[in-house]
Amino acid sequence: MTTTAPQHRPTLNDRTGPAHARVWGIGGYRPERVVTNDEICEHIDSTDQWIRDRTGIVTRRFAAPDETVVDMAAAASGDALKAAGIAGSQIGAVIVATVTHPYQTPSAAASLAERIGATPAAAFDISAACAGYCHGIALANDMVRGGTAEFVLVVGVEKLSDFTDKNDRGSAFIFGDGAGAAIVGPSDFPGIGPTVWGSDGSKWKTISSRNSWIEVRNGEGDVDWPAITMEGPAVFRWAVYDMAPVAQAALDQAGIKVDDLDAFIPHQANNRITDALIKQLKLPDHIPVARDIQETGNTSAASIPLATQRMLDSGQAPHGGLALQIGFGAGLVYAAQVIVLP
Amino acid sequence: MAQSEKEILDGLAEIVNEETGLETASVELDKSFTDDLDIDSLSMMTIVVNAEEKFGVRIPDDEVKNLKTVRDAVSFIASAQA
Repeated sequence: MTTTAPQHRPTLNDRTGPAHARVWGIGGYRPERVVTNDEICEHIDSTDQWIRDRTGIVTRRFAAPDETVVDMAAAASGDALKAAGIAGSQIGAVIVATVTHPYQTPSAAASLAERIGATPAAAFDISAACAGYCHGIALANDMVRGGTAEFVLVVGVEKLSDFTDKNDRGSAFIFGDGAGAAIVGPSDFPGIGPTVWGSDGSKWKTISSRNSWIEVRNGEGDVDWPAITMEGPAVFRWAVYDMAPVAQAALDQAGIKVDDLDAFIPHQANNRITDALIKQLKLPDHIPVARDIQETGNTSAASIPLATQRMLDSGQAPHGGLALQIGFGAGLVYAAQVIVLP
Repeated sequence: MAQSEKEILDGLAEIVNEETGLETASVELDKSFTDDLDIDSLSMMTIVVNAEEKFGVRIPDDEVKNLKTVRDAVSFIASAQA
């Protein structure tokens, strides 16, 4: 390992950015079509009440057939740029967290960058499922503070209706479509706390596409469209009992006590998971908790920014307040951090 | 330390009561968690995690689906403690 500078070679320049970064603005896009539990139950043996009791979901939104992940991402990004008060041309990097962009390549991010006038910004997608947005915020924070980009656009977007088996009683009622976006930029104060993140590949199959694309192409055996399926109880156990310590670690590393929070914004996976996390964290009753799942369903990577936008717009969470956000999902992977709300 | 079947049943009944509000007396060995006690899969996971803590045993995800009756759970915990 080289520990000293190479002899007789020029020394490289490197770059540093501002000491701190923060979220400048958040935007969201919810597709027009509202889908009720009764409509979901046309395909599965279930009831509106059963779905409400098990998940908290009352309605979700589905995108139009011709509405793409990039369309939804562009709408949310426009909203976030407006909230941040900056132009698309100021964006230095575009990160799209998604698992439902239906092209293996090219990325959704490159198309999005062009759509919002950010070209030639760096642009790439990340695959961290329901934790994708918090992964994106972690990357953006480091990129701004490292001087790699002045402003970074982070988008969580999903069109899960394209990857849901509407006949699967274990998952058909969970998912929804939507997009949320955040602008991360320089700050005079710490606006994004340390990220606590990780993975557990031993649980790789607990949330997974039913088949690989190769299996779909070969069409052998019991092969179906690679809809996303989930082992609900196993995921529930992990999401509550493994994620509560992660959320607590994000608080501890930020130097924040649970009482200091102005909002708790967990991934909107299931209200039962949220309820159990609240109990595990001993979250005081007066702290507002995101419940966007009721009208939005589980939108995977989009759920945290969408929930954040709803809490800010409704006045449930204060601008400038401290929010604990935690994403967890397929991989299994997770990421959590405390942020200052824009 | 291994506990008697009765001690495990009583402890389990307390956990079920805390999660669901069901009276401890209704948690009998022959009762099915889903059909008789109306406990869904997510509540069952909460009960399992609390039982692990209370009885000092490990109940893997794959094992939970085999615990159909209260007797199944008590037997599993007793053998895991042994």
